[in-house]
Formats: sequence, structure tokens, C-alpha cells
Amino acid sequence: MTDTRLEPREASDEAPRGRAPARRARFWTLRRTDAATGYLFIAPQLIGVLVFVVVPVGLAIWYSLNEWNIFTGELEYVGGGNYQAALDDPQLPSVLGATAVFSGGVVVLNLVLGLALAVMLNRRFKGAVLFRTLFFSPVVVSVVAWTLVWGFLLQDNGGINGVLEQLGVDGPNWLQSGPTAMIAVTFTQVVRSVGINMVLFLAALQGVPGELYEAARLDGASSRSVFFRITLPLISPTLLLTAIITIVGALQSFAQIAVLTEGGPGLSTTVLVYYVFQQAFSFNDIGYGSTLALMLLTFVMVLTVIQWQLRRKWVFYED
Amino acid sequence: MRTDLAARPAPAAPGRFGPVARRVALYTALIVLAAPFVIPTLWMITSSFKPLNEIFASPPSFFSDAPTTAAYAEAFSFQPFARQYFNSVYIALVVTAITLLVSALAGYAFARIRFPGRNLLFIVVLVGLLVPSEVTIVPLFQMFKQAGLVNTHWPLILVTALAAPCVLATFIMRQFFIALPVELEEAARLDGLGRFGIWWRICVPLAKPALSAVAILTFLASWNLYLEPTVYLTSPELFTLPQALTRFTDPYGGEMWNTQLAAATMTVVPVLVVFLIAQRHFVESLAHSGLKG
Repeated sequence: MTDTRLEPREASDEAPRGRAPARRARFWTLRRTDAATGYLFIAPQLIGVLVFVVVPVGLAIWYSLNEWNIFTGELEYVGGGNYQAALDDPQLPSVLGATAVFSGGVVVLNLVLGLALAVMLNRRFKGAVLFRTLFFSPVVVSVVAWTLVWGFLLQDNGGINGVLEQLGVDGPNWLQSGPTAMIAVTFTQVVRSVGINMVLFLAALQGVPGELYEAARLDGASSRSVFFRITLPLISPTLLLTAIITIVGALQSFAQIAVLTEGGPGLSTTVLVYYVFQQAFSFNDIGYGSTLALMLLTFVMVLTVIQWQLRRKWVFYED
Repeated sequence: MRTDLAARPAPAAPGRFGPVARRVALYTALIVLAAPFVIPTLWMITSSFKPLNEIFASPPSFFSDAPTTAAYAEAFSFQPFARQYFNSVYIALVVTAITLLVSALAGYAFARIRFPGRNLLFIVVLVGLLVPSEVTIVPLFQMFKQAGLVNTHWPLILVTALAAPCVLATFIMRQFFIALPVELEEAARLDGLGRFGIWWRICVPLAKPALSAVAILTFLASWNLYLEPTVYLTSPELFTLPQALTRFTDPYGGEMWNTQLAAATMTVVPVLVVFLIAQRHFVESLAHSGLKG
């Protein structure tokens, strides 16, 4: 709290001393040295963020006001042209729809499943640790490998339809029709990443004081009302944090889409992040790609602000 | 109501079923739920030993009748797979080392050292966490092209080690150092240590749990990168594993499934084994790293 308690021995290196009253001079000396050290300590991280995040965002804004001339290889200023193009883009509504369905599906499924797993595994029973490990394990599997294997299993003659056939069910060609392809990418993404939320929920559940459960039980509360009246409100900060992490993660799911469906069939699984990649790198339309990228950034920012606002009203318990 | 309390082996909550039935239901639910988490990985491993004509056998069988390692040999002859493997490992190690250093320094300073503009600068740094890498990749590609660093590993190392994953690391380290008792540092000060000495000799050794969380998260982030290598790298001998995995296609564009699965197995299994050995550490470091609400 108070820096004056920390007296560095070499504190007087760079400040004049002796002239002003001793206490005052030492006070400033300490502050300066310490502040200089602070700037030095954060410098690599700060410079990294400025060079690799802030400057690129500035450049993206600039690109979005320009058109890339393929013949001269130069940028030509077009003002709001790319933004007008976005409004006129006949594909964009479909892309945004797919983004909403995918992100919404992932967040809802992920939070519900993550919380359900955490509640089930928050008791002491034989095998609890084993199950926890199993549910977490896809998190450490590389996204591309995980998605490749699911792509393999989801082939028309793949393992999933093979098993369904044994059960007398004629499975669909999962990746070749829009709705089933969307189900496939959503499900694959949820199973791969729900382990993180499960662990965060488990940690939160273990932080709920046991006396509260005791008290509720003595009052004859049902397990359902204990869950909704005690557990859920008390872990709501974690719920909120995981919601942010999950939705931002879903908005950035590039590899899953690229490997499993390449945005297809048609545009059915072309989410915004994949569309950005296509425009900027497949079609070399840097201006329009940047415009779409800024749209993605706006979504992430707006979502974060909304969640922070909700946090004030909705979270009952903090620290 | 009152008599319920008197009955000693009362169930945890009033329910319709007895404790045994509840236990059976719990295990059944968990086993069914675990299937999509476990079977794909197992299927990947067993299928990688199948000859190509068995890959899509009907009815599907878990194990091969005539197991072969041909797909593994093919993985190495079709692409410079050993080289690609080495690329992924060394990039992830370098990125992790840089991130540990940078985040431990910045996290400590943001938590403990007072300097003008500290909160503002911390917010600036946190912006790095908010901006998706997909947003910055277009301008970053142009920047690295100008610098002549496209088709090298520099973009993968620099951006990963200093942008988003590192900001998360800095955040985790800051949360850890804020919770560390300040008395330890005061004692060290009295013993004559400067800031750097306090950081290196006192705080960093105490921060092992947070540092291991950072190391795990950063290593995985780098190991799993897909968009960046796809954008920056064009020479197969520079590829990283995730990118290489998608390139096992025959000249007609068909997937070489068993080769792909063999390569995927080699990518996944070492990390999975490390995870299974140190799983408690993995999970707990993640849960207690300041990520929780």
C-alpha cells in the first residue's frame, strides 16, 4: 500500500539529495526509482501490445477505408465504400445468422453442460477424479487433430453412421447438409472446450460455504431450490466470466470451421471469422476483410461491455 | 419432517430414489456423457493402425484385424513430418519461455509497483486480451511482409509471445502477486534487496503455481495455433503440426485418412500422456490461477 515502508538501499542513485529536507528528498527518490523500475518491468508487455495489437487495429481501421488495387498493389482511399459494400453484401446476413446460431448454441450448451458436469463431479465418489480427467482431456488435444477425427467419424460411411446403422438408424450425411453440419461444428466445439468451464465451475462450487447448504437443509429446502437459490447466485461471478470466455472463444472458432466444413455446405457454417479469412486471404480483398474484422471486433467489445454492465445488477456475491 | 432428521442414513437431499439407485443413475449418466469425450481419441489411435481398406469398414470395428504401422511410415515420407514436429516443439518452447519472463515482470509491476498511469496502462494491456487475433491478422500480415518476415517463424513467435496469450499470462501473474503477502517483500527490502532482487529471488520462486499455469496455457496456445501458420507459412518444411495435419491429401484432393490419423495420433498422444501424468497439476493450476471469479 504505502511505498514509504519499502526503503530501497540504492534508492538515491538518480535523485538529488541533501539540499531539500532529508525526508522529502528520500520520498521522491524512492518513488522515482521505483516508478522507473515499474515502467521497465512492464515495457516488454506494453510494447508487445502496442505493436502487435493497437497498431494493427489502427491499420485495420485505415484499410477498411481503402480498396486494395491488385494491379498497382496500392491502397486507394474509398471512404465508406467498404461499409456500403457490407450493407449491400447479399451473403452477409447469412454469415451473421450462422455466427449467431453457432455462438449462441456453443455458449448455451457449454454453460449448461459445464455446470451439470461440475455439479455431478462435485461430490465425493469413486471415479470422480477419473471422470473429471476424461471430460477435461479434449482441452489438451490440438483443435485441428480433434476436428480431423470428428470429420473422419462424421463421414457418410464413417464411424458414427456405422454405429447408427447397427442400431437400425439411417444416419444423415452430417457434413453435407446445412443444419446437420451446423450441429456437427457446434457439438464438436462444445465437447472440446467444455472441460475448461467444468473446472472453473468446480472451483467455484468448492468455494460455496458448506454451512449454507446445512442451513438450507435444516430449513427443509428441496435440492432444486438449494441449487437455484444458493448455488447459482453464489457462483454467478464465475458464470459470467465463463460466459465471456466462451462467447469470445466461439466468435473466434476458425480452425474448427476451416477443417470440418470449410464454411459449407454453401454458406451454412460460414461464420464471421471464417468469412473474414476468405475475403482477406482467399480473395485478397484487404479493405473489405478489414471492415468485416472490425465488425467482429465490435461484437466482442459490445458483448464484453454488456456482460460487465450485467455484472453490476446480476451478480450477488463478489470476493 | 422432523422424523427425517432422526433417520441416520438420510439421503443428501429428499429424492424419489434410494441411494443405490441414485448412484447407478449417476454412473450411467457420466459414462454416457463421457463417450463423445473419450471415444474420438481412442478411435483415432486404433484407426491409425488400420490398413486403408479397413478405415471405413462396415460394421465399424474398433480394432484392426491386420494392424499395420504403414500409415506412420507414410506420414514421414509424404511430408517433412519430423521437421514439422520439431518446428512446433521449438516454437512452443521459445514462446513459453518468453511469455513466462515477460508476464512475470509485467504482472509483478502491475500488482506491486506504484507508478503514474499504472491503471491506465494496465487497461491498455488488457485490450490485448479483448481483440481477437483474427482481427489483427490482416494488418499484421502486411506489417510482417514489409519487414520481410513472411514465411519465417518470427510472426508465430513474436505475436504469440507478446500479444493475446501473454496478456492472459500477465493478468494471471498480476492476480497472483496481488494476493501474495507484502510482508515477505518488506523483509527482503530490509535485508538490502532491490526491486529486481525481490522480484527474482523472493516473488518468482513463490509464484511457481501461477507460473506453471501460465506455462501450460501458453504452450497449448502455441501448439494449437492454426490460423497464423496457415496465413504466414508457405514452405512445407516450415509448417507446424496443426497445419501439416491438414495437408495429407492425395493428388486428387482426397483425404489420406489413415495417414492423417497416424499424424494426428503422434501430435496428440505425447501431450495427452503428459496431461494424464500431471492432470491434477493441470486442472488445479488452471482453476486456482486467478481465472476463477
